[in-house]
Amino acid sequence: MAELLQFVSSGLTVGAIYALVALGFTLIYNACDVINFAQGEFVMLGGMTTVFLSMAGVPLPLAALIAVLATTAIGIVLHRFAIEPARGASPVVLIMITIGASVFLRGMAQIVFDKRFHSLPPLFGSKPIHIGGAAILPQSFVVLAGGVVIVMLLWLFVERTLLGKAVIATAANRLAARLVGIDTRRIVEFSFAVSAAIGAVAGVLVTPITLTSYDAGTLLALKGFAAAMLGGIGSPFGAVVGGLIIGLIEALSAGYLSSSYKDAIAFLIILIVLVAMPHGLFGRAKVERV
Amino acid sequence: MRAMQRIAATAVISLCAMHGAGLSATAQIKIGSVLSVTGPASFLGDPEKKTLEMYVDAINAKGGVNGQKLQLIIYDDVGNANSARTFATRLVEEDKVDVMVGGSTTGSTLAMMPVFEDAHIPFISLAGAVQIIEPVRKWVFKTPHTDTMACEKIFADLKHRNLTNIALISGTGGFGKSMSAECHKVASKSGIKIVIEETYGPRDSDMTPQLTKLKNTPGVQAVVNPGFGQGPAIVTRNYRQLGINLPFYQSHGVCSKEYIKLAGEAAEGVRLPCAALLIADKLPATDPQKPVVVAYSEAYQKKTGQAVSTFGGHAYDGLMIVTEAIKRAGSVDKAKVRDEIEKTKGYVGTGGIVNMSPTDHLGLDLSAFHMLEIKKADWTLVPGT
Repeated sequence: MAELLQFVSSGLTVGAIYALVALGFTLIYNACDVINFAQGEFVMLGGMTTVFLSMAGVPLPLAALIAVLATTAIGIVLHRFAIEPARGASPVVLIMITIGASVFLRGMAQIVFDKRFHSLPPLFGSKPIHIGGAAILPQSFVVLAGGVVIVMLLWLFVERTLLGKAVIATAANRLAARLVGIDTRRIVEFSFAVSAAIGAVAGVLVTPITLTSYDAGTLLALKGFAAAMLGGIGSPFGAVVGGLIIGLIEALSAGYLSSSYKDAIAFLIILIVLVAMPHGLFGRAKVERV
Repeated sequence: MRAMQRIAATAVISLCAMHGAGLSATAQIKIGSVLSVTGPASFLGDPEKKTLEMYVDAINAKGGVNGQKLQLIIYDDVGNANSARTFATRLVEEDKVDVMVGGSTTGSTLAMMPVFEDAHIPFISLAGAVQIIEPVRKWVFKTPHTDTMACEKIFADLKHRNLTNIALISGTGGFGKSMSAECHKVASKSGIKIVIEETYGPRDSDMTPQLTKLKNTPGVQAVVNPGFGQGPAIVTRNYRQLGINLPFYQSHGVCSKEYIKLAGEAAEGVRLPCAALLIADKLPATDPQKPVVVAYSEAYQKKTGQAVSTFGGHAYDGLMIVTEAIKRAGSVDKAKVRDEIEKTKGYVGTGGIVNMSPTDHLGLDLSAFHMLEIKKADWTLVPGT
């Protein structure tokens, strides 16, 4: 039982990271049908910027805040100078642009930061908490709590504010939203900003556990995208559930089956789910009126 | 506009002339190098690059080798074996190098070996795996200790502490896989039994599932972690997180302060086999390596402001062995230089004392490793090793 608990806690921690990345993918996809492959880099930038600012002497909370703001600004710049000018292009072209942006950000990170691995001090120390025989890092709870808080804030935002309703409207039908007076360009830019902010916060929370380096974003983007697809691209709830499921599958396969094949098992399950349910677990089939 | 074009043309032509003149002054000895300066193996390639550049400049300042200056050509393979091979071909066909010192990782070395063997260019590798020199290939040598030696040194220490049943947790990168295979091979000879083995990917961020399995396997008395990069640091942290009290050994892949920094307090009490370079100031005065390692440490620290690393030391040894061989050969004839490299005897380097032979293209024995223990975030020498 202790073993299972240990695997589950490991899976949920890693899964929470994937969930936050997948949430970023979903937000942008909902706003403008673009899969933003630079999402992983937002996570990396959040972590690396905080590390380097605190190495330069800035107190940690302030460094984290500046890092999130800076990454949000980069998200806005990405939209304004790379996506927005190409808004008439097909989604494939836009995806290529985001891949290019991701490579660019990775290259800049090498130059501005460095090529080594870095860590951040955990928020509540590294003495593990023992629950039912499993040893869980306090930072794991921080990551999970952070994920829950972000999802709740997003839900509140979308349900209770007019801007939130405008985001839903844009996601539902962009033309109709424009017809009722919503400035969809600003909504899209806003979702890039929010995605970048979520990614950065995830990066700051997760670096004490996973370490970070200039190319930490690549694998995260891949797994986060897989999580978003598994949960049903376009469904924020699906993104979170997809992320947690992938994390759990990885940890449980590593624990009970084979650690060498845990990634293969995770992706195999994703393939099976997508074959059986092409729109993912919570995705809705697109219905077109003829 | 025509005047501008003429000025531009003149400038270009004179630049070419100067460049050409510079080249034809004296033929330089071309040393090629493909290193993993950036990427997941950057803590190997970066000190290697800095070391090679530092000492090529120093040798040139003293007049070069046999009256010729050295020209160092370095390419960055970013830890990717395919890129390494492409760069190796470029070094051979376009840059026409005389000798090659490089290959930070086992993967890149194995990819590049055929290129230099076909071109009959001596290649001194800076990577760890024993397959590089076993079976012995005519044109390939290496300076770092092999993973076999690391296994043997660790097993000797385990036997000394009466620990015989161990668990392995290895990275699936080239180095981790190779060292794990070597440990399996020498285990029974050393009286060690590997009870269980787990693996992790080079970019994994959490190894608690694997370590939990090891922890719950009865009879495990110690754990050994072959691997390098960020993996061992995360394994070490997870190890403490799970409260595993068994003796923990790392490989020589993490003989650098980076590892201690990343693993934090969790690194306390970890043992690992490393070269004398790491404990230069703690070596007894009678140790023949002491003057070499102290001189290299001080020079490296002064030039780069960073703590010395054994990987930079391997590059230093490679460069020195090559330049000494060229001096003895009296020319850059590749076959003669190769023969002289093979005849290296009694070379005191940062890695140990090197005695090469036609059947041994490494030239080190187990005394080249010292067993270190990490105490209070610093290296200490385990006495008697």
